[in-house]
Amino acid sequence: MPNRNPQLNADGALTHLLTLEGLPPAVIRQILDTAVPFVGIAEREVKKVPLLRGKAVFNLFFENSTRTRTTFEIAAKRLSADVINLNIGASSTSKGETLLDTVDNLVAMDADLFVVRHAQSGAPHLIASHLIAKGRTHVHVVNAGDGRHAHPTQGLLDLYTIRHYKGDFANLTVAVVGDVLHSRVARSLIHGLTTLGTAEVRVIGPRTLLPAHVESMGVQVYEDMRLGLANCDVVVMLRLQNERMKGALLPSAGEYFKHYGLTMDKLAAAKEDVIVMHPGPMNRGVEIDSAVADGARSVILPQVTFGIAVRMAVMSILAGA
Amino acid sequence: MSAAGYRYGRDAIGTLEIRNGRVIDPASGTDRHAPVYVADGAIAAIGDAPSGWRAERMLDAAGRVVAPGLVDLAARLREPGLEHKATLESELEAAIAGGVTSLACPPDTDPPLDEPGLVEMLKHRARLINRAHVYPIGALTVALAGETLTEMGELAEAGCVAFSQADTPLVDTQVLLRAMQYAATFGHAVWLRPQDPYLARGGVAHEGEVATRLGLPAIPAMAETVALSTIFALVRDTRVHLHVCRLSTAEGVAMVAAAKREGLPVTCDVAVHHLHLCDVDIGWFDSMAHLVPPLRGTRDRAALRAGVADGTIDAVCSDHAPVDDDGKQLPFGEAEPGATGLELLLPLTLKWAQEERVDLASALARITVHAARVLRVPAGSLAVGAPADICIFDPHHAWRVTPAALRSQGRNTPFAGYELVGRTMTTIVGGQVVFEA
Repeated sequence: MPNRNPQLNADGALTHLLTLEGLPPAVIRQILDTAVPFVGIAEREVKKVPLLRGKAVFNLFFENSTRTRTTFEIAAKRLSADVINLNIGASSTSKGETLLDTVDNLVAMDADLFVVRHAQSGAPHLIASHLIAKGRTHVHVVNAGDGRHAHPTQGLLDLYTIRHYKGDFANLTVAVVGDVLHSRVARSLIHGLTTLGTAEVRVIGPRTLLPAHVESMGVQVYEDMRLGLANCDVVVMLRLQNERMKGALLPSAGEYFKHYGLTMDKLAAAKEDVIVMHPGPMNRGVEIDSAVADGARSVILPQVTFGIAVRMAVMSILAGA
Repeated sequence: MSAAGYRYGRDAIGTLEIRNGRVIDPASGTDRHAPVYVADGAIAAIGDAPSGWRAERMLDAAGRVVAPGLVDLAARLREPGLEHKATLESELEAAIAGGVTSLACPPDTDPPLDEPGLVEMLKHRARLINRAHVYPIGALTVALAGETLTEMGELAEAGCVAFSQADTPLVDTQVLLRAMQYAATFGHAVWLRPQDPYLARGGVAHEGEVATRLGLPAIPAMAETVALSTIFALVRDTRVHLHVCRLSTAEGVAMVAAAKREGLPVTCDVAVHHLHLCDVDIGWFDSMAHLVPPLRGTRDRAALRAGVADGTIDAVCSDHAPVDDDGKQLPFGEAEPGATGLELLLPLTLKWAQEERVDLASALARITVHAARVLRVPAGSLAVGAPADICIFDPHHAWRVTPAALRSQGRNTPFAGYELVGRTMTTIVGGQVVFEA
């Protein structure tokens, strides 16, 4: 039944990673703890472990993304998996093959793990429910971003980064700034932060970019950036998509930068040891000033490094022997 | 199971006596145990037999309710053009299995019902199949494109009982005004589902906590209220008989109540699934819960339930929309909206009545006589001389909704697994038994 979250099996073990919503804190901590030793692997001469040797990982990207696909590819290869990249885009639907037909075909090719990105919210849930209905319980799904809904590995790597620099979540104030309405990154991070008991989670943005009833997700809403940044330990900037910079949501990129672009001046409202994060790719001069992005408070590049370790952890927990 | 081959024609019609049943006719306020006598396709008498009565057939309705055949204000039969989803045969079979003997079908077929020939063909096919009465709603504008008025006079002659845009919004308010003026000139009713096309653009779920959590593009309640305020302003001027289809919000219920108090010629319906479900039932992207209008919040659901009880909402309909598996096995936003409903209209209406402590006769009124009044057709009552369209149901029969067991070609229901109470046992159309469970 679709009303049960298909990512946990009857014993409460993780079988798919679809969203951070509803994941027990212990499962999130297990993933973060598993990622710790993987960070060190990158510094070794042989950057491989055999945890997924003989397993086939299919990167199933219905929406283009070089960056996320590459990090998953590297993570799978470091786990010694065979990696197959499929950039399906819109072409498969024009050929008449449905999403689930595509999945069935790849299962027949002995896929062990699907990394799925799709423009529609809920597409990875559909695939996971389908696999469960077909009894394919040995095939796992990792959501690599679905519509506006979730991007759980990004959320996990954000949590990893915060934990790395700040330790415990219980005393932290975290601000998420920008286009929350369209952001799966924001939703996943908010669920992760609230699940791990973060003291205060704030969202900052103009009303056109905040979804209705966002406060029901357990966040404080700020429209004024300086007020929202006051005393923050962590600031997470969201990417503003090009198509949203002009039109009915926002008048211009310039005006957006003036109110919500992160500058050194605005950042001064936060705590002295604040860290600045961004899921990438950045729009310099739109949501973030280069002085901040390249400055001492930025942990944007370590995020990328941790991202590979976190994805290795997720895949090894799901499909590892 | 059914009497295929019967015709409405005089030759086949005999006499029928229904004994021992509890006769409930909301139109006349009847609620008593009495025999019902049927002759020549019409109700001959209730209680005392007509003089010289001889029954060719007897039905024992002990423990059952004998009610007027149900009248459903919205059932998509998918013909012409969408036969891969359903056919007239399959859906009329579903109708009589659900006790529905008269139904209105919206014009959103392919092509839309905008030409008399299409309507005549539909009526003709329905007569051949000889099940429930089919009352087509004609397209208000050609191809539902919202630009050119249809030939409403010709369409009415062909059998259309009202005119609507189905779920296609009429964007141009001037065309909407002209359509209402023209329809009012000739006394045609206009049916509209209130939804502002711009506020609803791209949306697939109610704007609220659930859509925000799931990242589903949202349709605010304002989309309905903004459209209703426009529609009522135009009705105030044109005095056209206006039927509001598929109300979905608490604010909308209040606006319809105010319009009725003001004396505007307005009626209103709600889809039966909106009386029981809300956005929370989307769960983890259950495409069966992708409906039009979207399932809204619990406050809206409570207002709709109260609105049916107090009469603000005249009728409850199934909003039957059979969709094939391919149309539903897609991500929520891409899945085709709608739910199959003809076979669930009665038990879901009874469920509402039981939960709201509404008596059986009042509940049945919402799916019989009140719906027939909206439709302006001779149906929905057991008056002597009225067509003998009868639904005999067991009000205590509990059953589980199993999609595969539905007669409709569409197995798409958000109520799969629900245990419902109340089941149609016998359906009579024009004096002929067309369905027996």
